[in-house]
Amino acid sequence: MIGRKKTEATPESASRSAFTDAIKLSRDTGGPVANGDVILTVRDLSVQFWVGDEWFTAVDKLSYDLHAGEVLAIVGESGSGKTQSSMSLLGLLPPTGRATGSANLKGTELVGMSIQELREIRGNEISVIFQEPMTALNPVYTVGFQIVETLRTHYLMNPSAAKQRAIELMTLVEIPDPADSFDKYPHQLSGGQRQRIMIAQALACEPKLLIADEPTTALDVTVQAEILKLMRDLRERVSAGIILITHDMGVVADMADRIIVMKDGLVVEHGSSHDIFTNPQHPYTQQLLASVPHLAEHADGDDLAGPPQTTIMVGDTPVPLSEARTEQTPALLMEDVAIVYPKQGRRPEFRAAEHINLRIEQGEVIGLVGESGSGKTTLGRAAVALLPVREGTLTVGGHDITHASLKELKPFRKTVGIVFQDPGSSLNPRLPVGESIGEPLLLHEGLKGQALSKRVEDLLDSVHLPRAMRNRYPHELSGGQRQRIGIARALALNPKLLIADEPTSALDVSVQARVLDLFKELQEQYGFACLFISHDLAVVEQVSSRIAVMHHGHLVEVGDTYDIVTRPQHPYTQRLLSAVPVPDPEEQRKRRELRDAIIEEQHIVS
Amino acid sequence: MSNNNGFNEPDDARLEQEIPEGDAVERALVPDVEGAAAHEVAGADEASGRGEGVGEGKEVAGLSQGQIVARRFFRHRGAIFGLVTLALVTLASVLSMGLGPIPGLWRDQEMRSGDVINGGTPTLQIPFINGSTFSLGMYPFGQDSLGRDYFAQVLLGVQTSLFVAFILGAVALILGVTVGSLAGYYRGWVDMALMRLTDLVITLPVIVIGAVLGALISKLPLRLHAGPETAVWLRENMPLLLAIALGCVLWTGLARLVRSEFLSLREREFVDSARVAGASDWRIITKHMLPNAVGVIVVNTTLLMSSAVTLEAALSFVGFGIQAPAVSLGRLISENQGAFSTRPWLFWWPGLFIILIALSINFIGDGLRDAFDPRTKRVPSARAMRKAEAELAARQSTQTAEGGAR
Repeated sequence: MIGRKKTEATPESASRSAFTDAIKLSRDTGGPVANGDVILTVRDLSVQFWVGDEWFTAVDKLSYDLHAGEVLAIVGESGSGKTQSSMSLLGLLPPTGRATGSANLKGTELVGMSIQELREIRGNEISVIFQEPMTALNPVYTVGFQIVETLRTHYLMNPSAAKQRAIELMTLVEIPDPADSFDKYPHQLSGGQRQRIMIAQALACEPKLLIADEPTTALDVTVQAEILKLMRDLRERVSAGIILITHDMGVVADMADRIIVMKDGLVVEHGSSHDIFTNPQHPYTQQLLASVPHLAEHADGDDLAGPPQTTIMVGDTPVPLSEARTEQTPALLMEDVAIVYPKQGRRPEFRAAEHINLRIEQGEVIGLVGESGSGKTTLGRAAVALLPVREGTLTVGGHDITHASLKELKPFRKTVGIVFQDPGSSLNPRLPVGESIGEPLLLHEGLKGQALSKRVEDLLDSVHLPRAMRNRYPHELSGGQRQRIGIARALALNPKLLIADEPTSALDVSVQARVLDLFKELQEQYGFACLFISHDLAVVEQVSSRIAVMHHGHLVEVGDTYDIVTRPQHPYTQRLLSAVPVPDPEEQRKRRELRDAIIEEQHIVS
Repeated sequence: MSNNNGFNEPDDARLEQEIPEGDAVERALVPDVEGAAAHEVAGADEASGRGEGVGEGKEVAGLSQGQIVARRFFRHRGAIFGLVTLALVTLASVLSMGLGPIPGLWRDQEMRSGDVINGGTPTLQIPFINGSTFSLGMYPFGQDSLGRDYFAQVLLGVQTSLFVAFILGAVALILGVTVGSLAGYYRGWVDMALMRLTDLVITLPVIVIGAVLGALISKLPLRLHAGPETAVWLRENMPLLLAIALGCVLWTGLARLVRSEFLSLREREFVDSARVAGASDWRIITKHMLPNAVGVIVVNTTLLMSSAVTLEAALSFVGFGIQAPAVSLGRLISENQGAFSTRPWLFWWPGLFIILIALSINFIGDGLRDAFDPRTKRVPSARAMRKAEAELAARQSTQTAEGGAR
């Protein structure tokens, strides 16, 4: 049972929690469970959606058993039906969807259950941890109220007892100062803390089944590590079965006992975590594992001679500008740059980046990593003059653009390109993609008609897309295809400097692998310098020769890629590196121990 | 997805497989389309899923956004009902009473007064209601107290109402979109100035504007020592003047909506990417942002037009709107209000047409709103579901039968 230590033999001897006196209002399906019992039996579960004039099968005949205390991971890319198969257990399909087959929770059939009965099951017997804690919590109620609400829906308990129980739960999920946090609103908590509240809420009624739908996808890698640590700890203490839905093989390696690999609604492989990672049978599983970027893949001991080639921030002294390696003018030079978001109304001005010293040589790819909110995107936007620089000087290709006017910027625009993070938002939905690609050519070179058309086709060729695609609209393309269009547009004017702002973070892992390959190929072909921004060290490692690490608006470490990923000097870099999950259970266990040690040592709670 | 257009994307990610893994890196840079198609067929076991929203994606494959909106709109029963009704009413009005100088087909184009026949009762006969056969008779909608044909007056009034609605819509559209887009795009002091102006206009009461305009029309020619022909011109063009005046007051709602739409659009990355590409402000506003705000604009202009119909009727009823010789539905009701207890048809006919026009424009607006909103999903009817299920079962049973035969 939740909240009681395993060492306590019987509930009677437990310190009397407010919860033990509560009378359950909702019914208890199938009585108490012990570790190892079969909780959920799913047979031939299919989910279909009404599309056009027929049923489209999203999940086809899924079957599995789930035991108490076990973590079952359902892995697959977007559209594989992994989420819908679990939402159908709770009757949370959209009105156009329907589920057939059987899902049996301790003797209760869940498929085809009425709404009233389901309401007693939801939050009580089965609870869900959603992906986005900001949108899953109601912003107008305090987090404590929201936990209490769940409790009092299913239990007859007075408000003070419910509050006491809620604080117990918040303690369980390691919220700092739970009594104080009880009265806080979701926006007053950090992303990681919000996700902890979500978990506390999900655990409130001691559910038999916990569905975690991409619980860490929206979080930074360091926060993800802490949430995973929490979930692993809870696993020991909670007798629920956990279904973990994720696309991230690293997370799976960290948590799962058994794995179901899904593709296009079908189960392609089902087995124990160990088997799947060490001996994947199905080619899709093999490819999925192969496309996960491994950190420090090519590391071997020989290269470790000599001191690490990195410079770090010491105290308040910023990382100095690295020395020029060639005679050429650098593609990008930032000297003591500060970028400030001006004061808006009562909101004070915000210094997003300060004392930035960065040099990018011609044709060099530099990776910029950091958590969300660290200012890395701000830096990238400033480099293409989308944001003004407050202090210092910013030079692109030998031209000082620090205080350039709009007119002076026009020739500069020809020499830079930017690839945005979200391929869904960076293309105008009302324009055919060919027109989007051709826009810079039209504006700068005045190309029209045949000449423009020829150039657009060349660009589509270079990003490996069929020429016929130029007449399509963005909503008709997949995420990967859209990102290729974004790259083609950024390269239209053959820029000297390319800013790639998390170009792969919105993509599935296998699609990411291909886009990264394409990127490397194009970089060799065109020879542009690039600032590659990402939160994922493993991705940056693949493409860049040097890496800059950013933390709270400061560069904390700049150095050769190899040194950063093998011998990080700054404590923040070390923490970042240790938090990257690795798709290998054995390796991951070692890293996890190291990471936990670092977290303990640095006393960080996010 | 924060994408506010949010049309679910199909993910034929199989095309991603055009770049093979490992050894095939040195393949030709130019992929041929046939090759891609072959890949698509062979792509069953490759490492790419269907991608997000694949189900909904099937429905929109190969359509532009305009086509998707049109398709959703034509599925909306209420909207189609409204569209047909509005078209029929317009057609009836134009055919019978002509358009501007072109005379219509109805025998009485002048609306001369004459003898009141049978107390002016309508001669329209409709089967099952008041007769055995359908016949129009001499005065289908009856006569007013001066013996004028009410049918001619009502259908001419319909034209005035529609005319006012469209002119008002157009004026409000131009003003509202201009003010809203400039305020939303430039923000800062431009936004401040334009939005305070908007607030000021909102405070102007519409009834007072109508009254002032009515007074001006009769007094202004005298003040300016203009000839009687100017006065007549002004009176004859009263609907146009009223529509423009009301449009100049009623653009505020649209301006606010367009502004907020622009504020959110301006944060979208495609606007940034256009800026990086070197596009001017004018180009960004007209080419990139306005087409994306078209949903909000079209829907709200339509709804504004429907309220314009009732507003015109209300203003004319209280005597501030359209004045003789121009005819409007509201003025007809106002002129004949003394006769309601004895000759109720003088009230019913213009009232019926006001309701028809306002309702059908409203339905069209609702249909447009649903069509532009990607979140509306069509839930199939129980019958269609059963049919599809039977088909699916039949297909599966034939498959198993084939499997058994082999």
